Amino acid sequence: MARKTIELEVGRGREMGVDGNPSLSPIAPFDIAEPDMSTEHMLINIGPQHPATHGVLRLICELDGETVKKVVPDIGYLHSSFEKLGEYRTWNQIVTLTDRMDYLAPLIYNCAYVMSVERLMGIEVTERCKVVRVILMEMDRIFGHLLWLGTTAIDVGAFTPFLYSFQERERIYKLHESLTGARITTSATRVGGMMADLPEGWTQALSEFLDTFPNTLAEVHHLLTKNQIHIGRTQGIGVINGEDAINYGFTGPNLRASGVDYDVRRDRPYYDYETYDFEIPIGEHGDCYDRYLCRMEEMQQSVGILRQALERLPDGPINVADPNISLPSKTDAMSDMESMIHHFKVITDGIPAPEGDCYFAIEGSKGELGMYLVAEEGDTKPVRWRVRPPSFVNLSVIAKLAEGHLLSDMIMINASLDIVLGEIDR
Amino acid sequence: MTDKKDGSGLDAVDEGPISSEESREEYVAGKGDPSEHASVAALMERFGDAVVRHRVYSGGQHVVWIDPEKIHEILSWLQTDPDHRYDMMSDVTAVDYGGGRPINVVYQMFSMQHKRELRIRCELPLDALEIDSIVDLWKVANWLEREVFDLFGVTFKGHPDLRRILMPEDYAEGHPLRKDFPLRGRFSRAEQTRRALNQNVERFYRAEDLGAGHEPQEVAAVEVGTPAQGDEVEDT
Repeated sequence: MARKTIELEVGRGREMGVDGNPSLSPIAPFDIAEPDMSTEHMLINIGPQHPATHGVLRLICELDGETVKKVVPDIGYLHSSFEKLGEYRTWNQIVTLTDRMDYLAPLIYNCAYVMSVERLMGIEVTERCKVVRVILMEMDRIFGHLLWLGTTAIDVGAFTPFLYSFQERERIYKLHESLTGARITTSATRVGGMMADLPEGWTQALSEFLDTFPNTLAEVHHLLTKNQIHIGRTQGIGVINGEDAINYGFTGPNLRASGVDYDVRRDRPYYDYETYDFEIPIGEHGDCYDRYLCRMEEMQQSVGILRQALERLPDGPINVADPNISLPSKTDAMSDMESMIHHFKVITDGIPAPEGDCYFAIEGSKGELGMYLVAEEGDTKPVRWRVRPPSFVNLSVIAKLAEGHLLSDMIMINASLDIVLGEIDR
Repeated sequence: MTDKKDGSGLDAVDEGPISSEESREEYVAGKGDPSEHASVAALMERFGDAVVRHRVYSGGQHVVWIDPEKIHEILSWLQTDPDHRYDMMSDVTAVDYGGGRPINVVYQMFSMQHKRELRIRCELPLDALEIDSIVDLWKVANWLEREVFDLFGVTFKGHPDLRRILMPEDYAEGHPLRKDFPLRGRFSRAEQTRRALNQNVERFYRAEDLGAGHEPQEVAAVEVGTPAQGDEVEDT
């Protein structure tokens, strides 16, 4: 897990050919004296129903000509008060709310939530469960980044990567479906284990995906990484330095693109991530292009982690043996009196928690995803369930990033942050 | 499958009676040793009186309750002191326990240099929901504090732009994450619909939305428990 700096042999600048050699820029710079139209600023409203805002986000921009003077994001259109709803549900019932927050990488949210509950209650899950969850989380990291890749490329005019990435996403959708029965609303985890073990043939299907997916990634690299239009649209756009990025709360690939070497998987390890061999890509310039490179490399690293996890996937039970936490098997519940009682108690009463609070952070696809739980002695429902939302915090920086850029660049900056409105509004 | 042996029930018979002279320390959940965490020990030494309580929850997570008056001073010290350097403010949120108990404002911090986590909590009584803003220390606190203000009604003194963030700005039903807020809202569905239909949609396109010289809009105060005339309040 060494620090890795992305070095590309391409120069920086708009006047560069496809092969990296200097050439004349195809876009002729126009140098026409414009008449002084007015000193008045214009107010324009983007969204909430606009494809380039990647959700129900409204951006109010103050423009001087085409230059953005100020951006005020207006959020809350998708607010469903998940955190309030959670206070009325038992620990296991909340799982279904978590995947509706980030519908682009639902399994990461499922896992993060139950991991926090398990930490609060002091439950140690089985070895198999740990590896299975690592597999699911890394798979959904690819899943989330792929959507970001496709939609961001389309925002700057590249249509093909969208088709490529959605083709690959479809294959992960199928894996979701065979594991959980749902494509987006997975709800795959339970406190102390999983809803079900991996179905037969699932690991082979995942291996097949891993065998061919890097080819697609290489094709997208070929299309975008040295593409002059893409470089022109992303390099030097939305720059933030490392110190500011920390202070503004950036996490995940956005933070690493600014050159800060921080990854929750390595710095606050969980589920034996320290024993996997993977590299953490670090950017240099903190602009949209470096954010792109970091995510591309992260997908590559996730493929590596998935291969290692599949190799070490141990046999054994997937749920903890404690009957006060896990449901008994269907056969036991129907034939054994004791098991039936436990089944009834877990379903009706829920799982009692000790007094205390627990903050548990994992590396989600968008950044540091924290789950904060507060319970009192014996509570089967949380007093407070709080999600530390990575996209919410990342979006709050857009006002700083977009200032002084062109309106069209603001669209790119917004896309490069990788936001999901379901989680911002909660 | 056996039931948990917790020393109660029939097992206590084997243990025999407990001597009445033996003084038993009152059991406090989460009581921990402050010296295990360098920052907690330093906090107690430096700001002795301001540290109200210290607990260790969830397998080694240190929580420190401090005096809300001192919050800005202590957090700024934790951020800049070279032995601690909590450069990352992961989260600012609040907890309402209900039943008239104080609302807790929670600060979750992480030090990248020392790889150390710390949680700071402040208890604010319901009749004095005010605390110093830390936006001047961490810019990330801007939206997080707005969210706490919006959902809990805690006022952050010195915040540059304290207005609602998730709920609409003219939301008149109160603060949704407070325990006295019913799950379906304070107003009936009829009242909610009426208000939605009577909105002046033009106000969504005002220049003041940009925040420049923006004054928080005065919202008609809602008295809890007295519904608008002719309306039935749905309680859940």
